Amino acid sequence: MTTKANGEVLVKVSGVDKVFKRGSEEIHVLGGLDLEIPTGEFLALMGPSGSGKSTLLNLVGGLDRPSEGAVEVGGKRIDQLSDRKLAAWRARHVGLVFQFYNLMPVLSAQKNVELPLLLTRLSAAERKKRAAIALDIVGLSHRAGHYPRQLSGGEQQRTGIARAIVTDPTLLLCDEPTGDLDRKAGDEILDLLQALNREQGKTIIMVTHDVHAAARATRTLHLNKGRLSASPIDQ
Amino acid sequence: MFNWIRQVLAVTRFSVLSLPQRKGSSAAAMLGIAGVVAVMVGVLSIAQGVLKTMQSSAADENAIVLRSGSDSEMMSGLGGDDTRIIAEAPGIARNNLGALASPELFVIINIPMRSTGTDANVPLRGVQAQALNVRERFRLVEGRMFEPGLNEVVVGVGAREQFAGLELGSSILVSQEMWPVVGVFEAGGGLAESEIWVDAPVLQSSYRRGNSYQAVYVKLNTADSFDEFKDALTSDPRLNVKPMREADYYTSQSTTVTNLITGLGTLIAFIMGLGAIFGALNTMYTAVSSRTLEIATLRALGFRSGPVVISVLSESLLLAFAGGLIGAGLAWLAFDGFRTATLNWASFSAITFSFDVNAGLLIQGIVFAMLIGLIGGLLPAVRAAGQPVAMALREL
Ligand SMILES: Nc1ncnc2c1ncn2[C@@H]1O[C@H](COP(=O)(O)OP(=O)(O)O)[C@@H](O)[C@H]1O
Ligand SMILES: [Mg+2]
Repeated sequence: MTTKANGEVLVKVSGVDKVFKRGSEEIHVLGGLDLEIPTGEFLALMGPSGSGKSTLLNLVGGLDRPSEGAVEVGGKRIDQLSDRKLAAWRARHVGLVFQFYNLMPVLSAQKNVELPLLLTRLSAAERKKRAAIALDIVGLSHRAGHYPRQLSGGEQQRTGIARAIVTDPTLLLCDEPTGDLDRKAGDEILDLLQALNREQGKTIIMVTHDVHAAARATRTLHLNKGRLSASPIDQ
Repeated sequence: MFNWIRQVLAVTRFSVLSLPQRKGSSAAAMLGIAGVVAVMVGVLSIAQGVLKTMQSSAADENAIVLRSGSDSEMMSGLGGDDTRIIAEAPGIARNNLGALASPELFVIINIPMRSTGTDANVPLRGVQAQALNVRERFRLVEGRMFEPGLNEVVVGVGAREQFAGLELGSSILVSQEMWPVVGVFEAGGGLAESEIWVDAPVLQSSYRRGNSYQAVYVKLNTADSFDEFKDALTSDPRLNVKPMREADYYTSQSTTVTNLITGLGTLIAFIMGLGAIFGALNTMYTAVSSRTLEIATLRALGFRSGPVVISVLSESLLLAFAGGLIGAGLAWLAFDGFRTATLNWASFSAITFSFDVNAGLLIQGIVFAMLIGLIGGLLPAVRAAGQPVAMALREL
């Protein structure tokens, strides 16, 4: 596999199998998968529905463990961490952006963004300040006091991105971030992700269905039949 | 640890903030628990009330003497000679009338209950002058004392309240004659307040009892004089009697009825409690499943599952506590001090008492509510926290 290495390898997935058991049935989603992602890359992950894109993203983000193989991030095996250590690792190193935003409906945008900072030792004043900066980066300062139901889809997703970057994570993982948005709002989100990658050097993995969205990435990989390839049709 | 507490507070805050979205099911669970607690506290307050009546009947330095082998005054019988020997025993306090010993006899007459109109067994007690000195808390509140030798009665306040036709100036039917009520008395909330009193010799002749009695009530010098008093009586070859401290006697009289009520109350509370647990369980499952995505998101962000469990549990406990408080409050408002009469199973005579919703019962009710909340919240909490994060995130 060729990688356009413009930095050290940040993510290294080696020989990963992922099997789900549904009753007596076994679903082999990933088989012998290898992947290396250098620091500073903006990787687009494409593939048919059900091909295992989210599954792979979950493995890299420490939300799930492989059935076989190893997942290293920043030189650390994360697949061998206990649940507790993994949770702490996620809080420190991973920013997650969801298709349906997953904001807390009872909290304002500002409080939603502050949420991950509750897992740090920062003071309330410092949390507030950092959340304000993150909201400013995504261009939502004027909406800080609004609740999710008062925001458009695009604004909610920008809040989601602010929440993902507020801890300055090593890795930004986005699962179909524009999947629920119209073209215009989607483009704004992609602009934002691209800016984060270019200007702040954030390493981003983005799952998408949309070729148009994938074009913003520095590299695109296709997942099919449990393996990755550089081209969409892999036989 | 600091961090963990912060997580608990944060997650619990979401639960509480999102409570208004779950008003219906939360209120239902809360009221269910309130109902259980109200019934439990209500039923148990009956037992507490009976117990309180019995306990306030007893004075520390008082004793009662029955014939050996009898468990209650009803079963007992003592001859006039016996009562004189008993009055001479050591340890008994004295006043200007002599030893503070009161030989008494006891018959049961039928008087209808005010509430239902059905006949109740009301104790008619024959006493003499010393009875009032042995029972220090005896106090006439209306009218006068009966005249010795006359067919007159005085009635306890409890008896007057619960049974028909016991007002001052009315008459009651005793062995085919009408005897006037000339006075009303209190006895410190004790059992005597459920009774009607009459001159002992009058009662003896009306019921052809000769010179026999059923019990001797005595006031001792001090509570410590009891052993001396008891030893003297039990070792006297002329007597075949059983001396008991009043406290022990009244407690033994009330155990049947209080055990019955407590047992019944506990059983009802247990059965209703099971229902309430399912209610709480259902509410918390609904609460958790409506928040599955939120909880999964929090855990994906790095929140630990412990705080999630604590948060779900504390919401459940909060609902239960509120329910318990409401239930206990309702029981207190509805039942406390409510006077009624029941059959004293030991003597087969009616006793009047008040439901007693005391602090202990209220606490017991609230603790029971919290227990329901704990059990009802535990399973949903563990489920919410135990689900793999990746799986929970897929549940939309
Ligand atoms: N927790 C799970 N249990 C059982 N099957 C799962 C689970 N997660 C994913 N799968 C299955 O694995 C396959 C890949 O899922 P996913 O990674 O979500 O696909 P994609 O994101 O590419 O659409 C699907 O067939 C899905 O049903
Ligand atoms: Mg997916």
